[in-house]
Amino acid sequence: MYTVTSFLAGLVFGLGLIVAGMANPEKVLGFLDLAGAWDPSLALVMAGAIAVGAGAFALMRKKTRTLLGAPLRLPAARDIDRRLVFGSLVFGAGWGLAGICPGPALVLAGYGAVKGLVFLAAMLAGSALFEFLEEFVGRRADKLPMQNRPHEDGSNRRR
Amino acid sequence: MSIAWNAFTPVSALIGGALIGAAAAAFVVLNGRIAGVSGILGGLLRPARGDVAWRAAFVTGLVAAPLAYGIFAALPAIRIDAGPAVLVAAGLLVGIGTRYGSGCTSGHGVCGISRLSPRSIVATLAFMAAGFATVFVARHLLPGL
Repeated sequence: MYTVTSFLAGLVFGLGLIVAGMANPEKVLGFLDLAGAWDPSLALVMAGAIAVGAGAFALMRKKTRTLLGAPLRLPAARDIDRRLVFGSLVFGAGWGLAGICPGPALVLAGYGAVKGLVFLAAMLAGSALFEFLEEFVGRRADKLPMQNRPHEDGSNRRR
Repeated sequence: MSIAWNAFTPVSALIGGALIGAAAAAFVVLNGRIAGVSGILGGLLRPARGDVAWRAAFVTGLVAAPLAYGIFAALPAIRIDAGPAVLVAAGLLVGIGTRYGSGCTSGHGVCGISRLSPRSIVATLAFMAAGFATVFVARHLLPGL
């Protein structure tokens, strides 16, 4: 059941991206181009998503188990550190170059768009490079007494 | 700044956004997790026992979305202007940046802001600012690059 609901969540998320226009890099870049002919649509996508999502997260705030009885795994990290800010700046630069972020990259792969697949392959390589660097550079950090805690991105990696 | 009213699609933006929010809501209420695409995907690169199926299922759902949409209606056209070199550079930056920053538009932007996480609000401001700046440079300072 856990896997089925996971598939359905991904499917509805992807349908939302298509309907919203987020799967179209041209439209995303139209939103990011403040100095040109600005298309504010994507601000409404965020607003719509947060309006619907906020209620669910508020509901789960005090819970420890989900409706399916699964444990709640929400990010515990609180620190606003260099990794968070620099990582996000690097991501934003890449997002601005092509108009594609991770969700739409997968949807574009489903479209069968060759350029989307090129982006996706590079994105996976970048993510793999991160795993590689963490494995070597992060080994020292692992000696620090830190919990194995989940992150906003849904990963459970050790830090 | 001028607003491109002809490109502005408020209704489909709100409906699509609500669908994205509904998916993120269902995911936390049922599976107890953040619907953060970069991390769900990233976790597959270093697979842990018992942690693969749900990740693969979520990713499959995203990839299947255009196929499912196509059954009921014609898929909206997409346009990718970037050339191969730019796509590779952009993909690498997105891949590394989202993992160092612990999230992307979905994990920080949608879920994080929905739960009022200060970390996610800072991350979203950072990647939005970098996105705006990059497009400004690429389109207005160094066009034709």
